Amino acid sequence: MKVMAQVAMVMNLDKCIGCHTCSVTCKQAWTNRPGTEYVWFNNVETRPGQGYPRTYEDQERWRGGWERTKRGRLRLKGGGRVRRLLSIFSNPKLPSLQDYYEPWTYDYDNLINAPLGDQMPVAQPRSLISGDPMKVEWSANWDDNLAGGPQLAVDDPVLKKVSDQVKLEFEQTFMFYLPRICEHCLNPSCVASCPSGAMYKRSEDGIVLVDQDACRGWRMCVTGCPYKKVYFNHRTGKAEKCTLCYPRIEVGLPTVCSETCVGRLRYLGLILYDADKVLEAAAVEDEKDLYQAQLDVLLDPNDEEVVEAARREGIAEDWISAAQRSPIHRLIKEYRVALPLHPEYRTMPMVWYIPPLSPVVDQVRDTGHDAEEAGNLFGAIDALRIPIEYLAELFTAGDTAPVDAVLRKLAAMRSYMRDVNLGRETRPEIPAGVGMTEESMHAMYRLLAIAKYEDRYVIPTAYEEAGRQLEEMSCSLDYDGGPGMYINGSGPFGEASGQPVPVSVETFHALRHRQTTDTLAGPENKEQRVNLLNWDGQGRPAGLFPERQEDGDA
Amino acid sequence: MNTLLWAAVPYVAIAILVVGTFWRYRYDKLGWTTRSSQLYESRLLRIGSPLFHFGILVVIIGHIIGLVIPESWTDAMGVSHDAYHIQALVLGAIAGFSTLAGVAILIYRRRTNGPVFMATTRNDKAMYVALVAAIITGLATTLIGAGIVADEHNYRETVSIWFRSLFTLNPDIDAMAEAPLSFQIHTLFGLLLIATIPFTRLVHMFSAPIGYLFRPYIVYRSRDARPDRPIYRNRDGVRTRQRAGRR
Ligand code: SF4
Ligand code: SF4
Repeated sequence: MKVMAQVAMVMNLDKCIGCHTCSVTCKQAWTNRPGTEYVWFNNVETRPGQGYPRTYEDQERWRGGWERTKRGRLRLKGGGRVRRLLSIFSNPKLPSLQDYYEPWTYDYDNLINAPLGDQMPVAQPRSLISGDPMKVEWSANWDDNLAGGPQLAVDDPVLKKVSDQVKLEFEQTFMFYLPRICEHCLNPSCVASCPSGAMYKRSEDGIVLVDQDACRGWRMCVTGCPYKKVYFNHRTGKAEKCTLCYPRIEVGLPTVCSETCVGRLRYLGLILYDADKVLEAAAVEDEKDLYQAQLDVLLDPNDEEVVEAARREGIAEDWISAAQRSPIHRLIKEYRVALPLHPEYRTMPMVWYIPPLSPVVDQVRDTGHDAEEAGNLFGAIDALRIPIEYLAELFTAGDTAPVDAVLRKLAAMRSYMRDVNLGRETRPEIPAGVGMTEESMHAMYRLLAIAKYEDRYVIPTAYEEAGRQLEEMSCSLDYDGGPGMYINGSGPFGEASGQPVPVSVETFHALRHRQTTDTLAGPENKEQRVNLLNWDGQGRPAGLFPERQEDGDA
Repeated sequence: MNTLLWAAVPYVAIAILVVGTFWRYRYDKLGWTTRSSQLYESRLLRIGSPLFHFGILVVIIGHIIGLVIPESWTDAMGVSHDAYHIQALVLGAIAGFSTLAGVAILIYRRRTNGPVFMATTRNDKAMYVALVAAIITGLATTLIGAGIVADEHNYRETVSIWFRSLFTLNPDIDAMAEAPLSFQIHTLFGLLLIATIPFTRLVHMFSAPIGYLFRPYIVYRSRDARPDRPIYRNRDGVRTRQRAGRR
């Protein structure tokens, strides 16, 4: 047994209102630089829908992830090493900019400078790539809220797997949002595809990063990731991806997307897993067994043996205790309400989802029944095969049983807690019916519905000890991988050549300092920008607004 | 003049290559990339890029064979003069023309595709001039060497000897001076290209990822893998850098 720790995330889809706040704050923090205009480390897609980039889930086309060979080994779906190297001069499976979308801005200047005329001047959309006027035809969430209707939704690769007849009915019945970031997989195919060895998984916390110094721009990782969560920065010629906001995680702060999530639906915490078992689990024969196999790789942090083994690997005490308090472990392993996204890609994703009960609830309510009565909900779960099959295609490789079980638990919690809230006699048979005790039901309710900040985010301050040293060293993590913040400008060898301006990691004191000083971006100093990376959600981030002028002549 | 061209210039070029590459690696790892423009346009790139790259790989191998292996060796192996020249001509011409065609497609693409053109730096343009000049003069010498265009010339008795003599630090200037003008021009363009490699996007040739074939699929790296980082100790005094595990 080789115990490793991983920072993982769970999202409770019932609570996502599709507001895209997470996407916007993430973009503001990480991808507001030239070359990453089209990049959304965090995106929110409406399901059913095509996703971003379009139809990325169609692995017969994009060939991301792993496949199992007849001999039971894993091979990159895009081809073995030799094949990868031979296609290095032009990657045949790279999504084009049109598959993401062509980013644009508006010609605002025209609003002010257009000559006087009869018509109102308009701000024409202009491509951020070529600078030419363009017709806006697609974007990262063009089919938001089922916009475009059945014509667009039918191209959803997941929907295609659910039978034809089912489709029409399905679109009438439900829709939900799926926020996505990099999965920080246990068996990352992006890392495996990188010819330069520039991508790596951090052995302490499992965060998958791109070493910007070592990336040579071969673009194989973009193909390799089945979730299409590695992006090519077309100005610097290097790959970039979601960093799980490692500078924040390292000091115990949640990621920007979690921090700013309006629905407070994101959970962050540690899980311990057995690294020796990962490959074996990822290679199980039947895709439908992958969910269970992945569960089996995760270790119980309360097990003495596991704790001992973790100590032997040098995992710090506060990390072990964080793993024991981890909301992720509880949601995934104890309550079993969180499911992995597309386990059939065999990358062992580590951002899990609690599937939405809302379609079921809506259906019951719309038909005029009591949507908080366990019996009604259970009946609807049995009847609504279509949404459940769809969810199963997303989360369990098509096996409806686990999805069923999760929805039943959520339904049970709903009606059990109603009795509690109304001060009625509770009905222990409800939790018992889904294999839970009253106690665990309360605890799950507290975690899912009340969702206090400190319950949602249990991030070890294991760097605490290192933290003290970090303070003195001011910024020690400068050269770790991940997209740093370069000064936007051109070196002699093209965009962003030269030396990186380091990502400075803020210690708690530095953070406080930041929050209370009043420097940072005003219009006079455009190169600096609002740094949401350091924002803990309190007060206003420095530099978001121009500075107040003391003598009031502004 | 001959001494300058055939003794000084080559060493200067090599020195620039070595020092320049080292300097670039040291100070510009961030700019060390292929700077792929596939995201903007991939239809033409799909044809042009492999054509060019595979072509130039064969060309490089051809140069090594032609320049490094002495004529006496192939003679000893029983390869006749004519046989050698025919294979050199055929292979060289095929590889040369595909390289040229490839680079032509790529340049056409660069010029006509808006976003790709916008991503082209002045540095790139200069590099393309040097590259195309070297390819065209090279193709010319291939044809000349075989006696198709002008008098046949056996470069293995001139250029190759000079080339090998460079490495013994005793350049045979006369051998090179005897070579026809076309060969001399090609050699100079070649040297120019070599000297500019470190400063253009061509550096990406030095990062041909052969290691990929041999490394484990999943790379693990410790957060504090940098040697100049302090080693952290946890409460039990366990050095945390030991956590850096590799599967
Ligand atoms: S989801 Fe993230 S870790 Fe997994 S393969 Fe894609 S980029 Fe790599
Ligand atoms: S901020 Fe939260 S609620 Fe809003 S779209 Fe993102 S995940 Fe959903």
